[in-house]
Amino acid sequence: MQPFTTLTAVAAPLDMPNVDTDRIIPARFLGRTREEQLVAMFHDLRHDPEGRRVPGFVLNRPEFAGARILVADRNFGCGSSREHAVTTLVDNGFRAFVAPSFGDIFHNNCFQNGALPVRLPEARVAALRAQLNASPGATMTVDLVRQVVVGPDGVEDRFETDPFRRDCLLNGVDDIGLTMRHEAEIAAYEARRAAEPDGA
Amino acid sequence: MSAPRTLFDKIWQRHVVVDRGDGHHLLYIDRHLMHDGSWTAFETLRERGARVRRPELALATPDHFTSTASRDPAAVADPMHRRHFEAIRANTKAAGITLFHVEDVRQGIAHVVGPEQGFTRPGITLVCGDSHTATHGAVGALAFGIGASEVAHVMATQCLWQRKPKSMRVRVDGALAPGVTAKDVVLAIIARIGAAGGVGHVIEYAGSTIRGLSIEGRLTVCNMSIEAGARAGMVAPDDTTYAYLHGRPMSPQGAAWDRALAFWRTLPSDDGAAFDRDVAIDAAAIAPMVTWGTSPEDALPIDGRVPDPADAPDAAKRESMKISLDYMGLAPGTPMETVAVDRVFIGSCTNSRIEDLRDAARVARGRKAVVPSWVVPGSGLVKAQAEAEGLDRVFREAGFEWREPGCSMCVGMNGDTGLPGQRIASTSNRNFIGRQGRGVRTHLLSPAMAVAAAVTGRFADVRRLAAPGA
Repeated sequence: MQPFTTLTAVAAPLDMPNVDTDRIIPARFLGRTREEQLVAMFHDLRHDPEGRRVPGFVLNRPEFAGARILVADRNFGCGSSREHAVTTLVDNGFRAFVAPSFGDIFHNNCFQNGALPVRLPEARVAALRAQLNASPGATMTVDLVRQVVVGPDGVEDRFETDPFRRDCLLNGVDDIGLTMRHEAEIAAYEARRAAEPDGA
Repeated sequence: MSAPRTLFDKIWQRHVVVDRGDGHHLLYIDRHLMHDGSWTAFETLRERGARVRRPELALATPDHFTSTASRDPAAVADPMHRRHFEAIRANTKAAGITLFHVEDVRQGIAHVVGPEQGFTRPGITLVCGDSHTATHGAVGALAFGIGASEVAHVMATQCLWQRKPKSMRVRVDGALAPGVTAKDVVLAIIARIGAAGGVGHVIEYAGSTIRGLSIEGRLTVCNMSIEAGARAGMVAPDDTTYAYLHGRPMSPQGAAWDRALAFWRTLPSDDGAAFDRDVAIDAAAIAPMVTWGTSPEDALPIDGRVPDPADAPDAAKRESMKISLDYMGLAPGTPMETVAVDRVFIGSCTNSRIEDLRDAARVARGRKAVVPSWVVPGSGLVKAQAEAEGLDRVFREAGFEWREPGCSMCVGMNGDTGLPGQRIASTSNRNFIGRQGRGVRTHLLSPAMAVAAAVTGRFADVRRLAAPGA
């Protein structure tokens, strides 16, 4: 997994609450290869039914080309467990997501793919989106080492990340390798459970 | 004397393999349900050269890509989907995982098959690469959905790294009015706490109304926990649970049953156990529900009117309501009972079990659907049971299509989708934009209400339907 330390990049605002994973990647693109899913990101927001690009949609605007940070609204990534929602965003260059809250499974899936979801207070996230709308193409910094987000206005906001997830991201370690190191504990646990009454 | 603990606390603590001391736990996973979307995890394992650690704790059944027109695997039209659909055979065979594929009558939607087989049981942790895994909490399990990387992790290690979520108790007390079902209860709960109301929490549903629900009703309630943003939903096991599980193919038998039962009886939350959040709902105030918007929280009683964005509490909410109403093609103030529907779908892991079909058939009997309407049973066994009871005939005589089991129009991955602009009355769990096909307008409701819509061609209060033939 690609480590995440700090990222300074163009940030794009997405002014919609409850953006679900069906909007991030419609179900008809699931079961395709990752390459084929590149075009799937926000497909039905970015394209009209005839397949033409919707010029007004934020990620179609030239100022936001190359954006790697997405500043969203509450409950971003709610809905289905499809990890493609994260991978299509990552494959399109996004590595950090800032929102007041996230769908729990999307949040977990980010950490499995070298992406960082950052929770900040709702009012601050709204202010960040307002700044990005007012200065399209402005950059932000998401710094996992110091656990701060630097807005277009230069103001720093501290955020909390789970220490375990932070370590894994900073070092690019994935869970399976880490868990394998606990083989003895897992085996001992299994032996203990096998003797218990529910027999599960 | 230890402090009183919740059902969730008890299951969580029992499954901690490693406590890192920083809030993260390595949690043991007792059961893993797999489906035809799980192929990427097998690839991940192959790439790493890892084996499936405990294949006997997994159960696989294809559901997402399954054709509901025919059980012939060739009926999966898309060649790439057919490959994934078939890949599960070789993958599970090589790993030694039990598979119910389409030629097996036990095949069906994973969340219908698990409880039906007794694979799901109280006190366990259960995961599946699907967000509606919370369904299984209905029998007192801790069950939650995970992504594909975590699926691979569970296969390789039988564990998951998790932070303990907070707890929320939703108490529903009182008697439900006639015509009001578990689906209406959960839609009312989501409307109350919101689509993000449960984020970071595990919900325990409690109270006399929940106690009074059958396991099938509890499965419907727990199923939609994720639509309130919750990590999981659960109901404490009780005699209803034990009666449901007794004798199921994978339930413990004989002396093992007695030992398990004694253990299960220790699981319910202790008196005085603390929850991080408590919500109380009066069952008597719940009417048959229908959604008007593009989030499951957009639910209202059938006799309600489409809300007006002008009444929204803030500008952001006003804007999102406008987008929803524009997508849904609805004007503020329109009585829901005057809104015409184009199609009806009865099925999904929310509402495709035998009781759902009985409820629907009761309303369909002697009436005629006036719009294209589908019934998609949740599993081959549900289908067989319904046919043994003659429900398929009731549906067919009422003009409904009786189809093969699978996720079908709930997610549309198998090509079962609507056309742009169509309005679908659906017993599924998500009314997201584009969920049932691009431009399709989804309204969530109960099976009985879906039939009421099918036979009137609009949303109708099932409690006030004209007599059949009238």
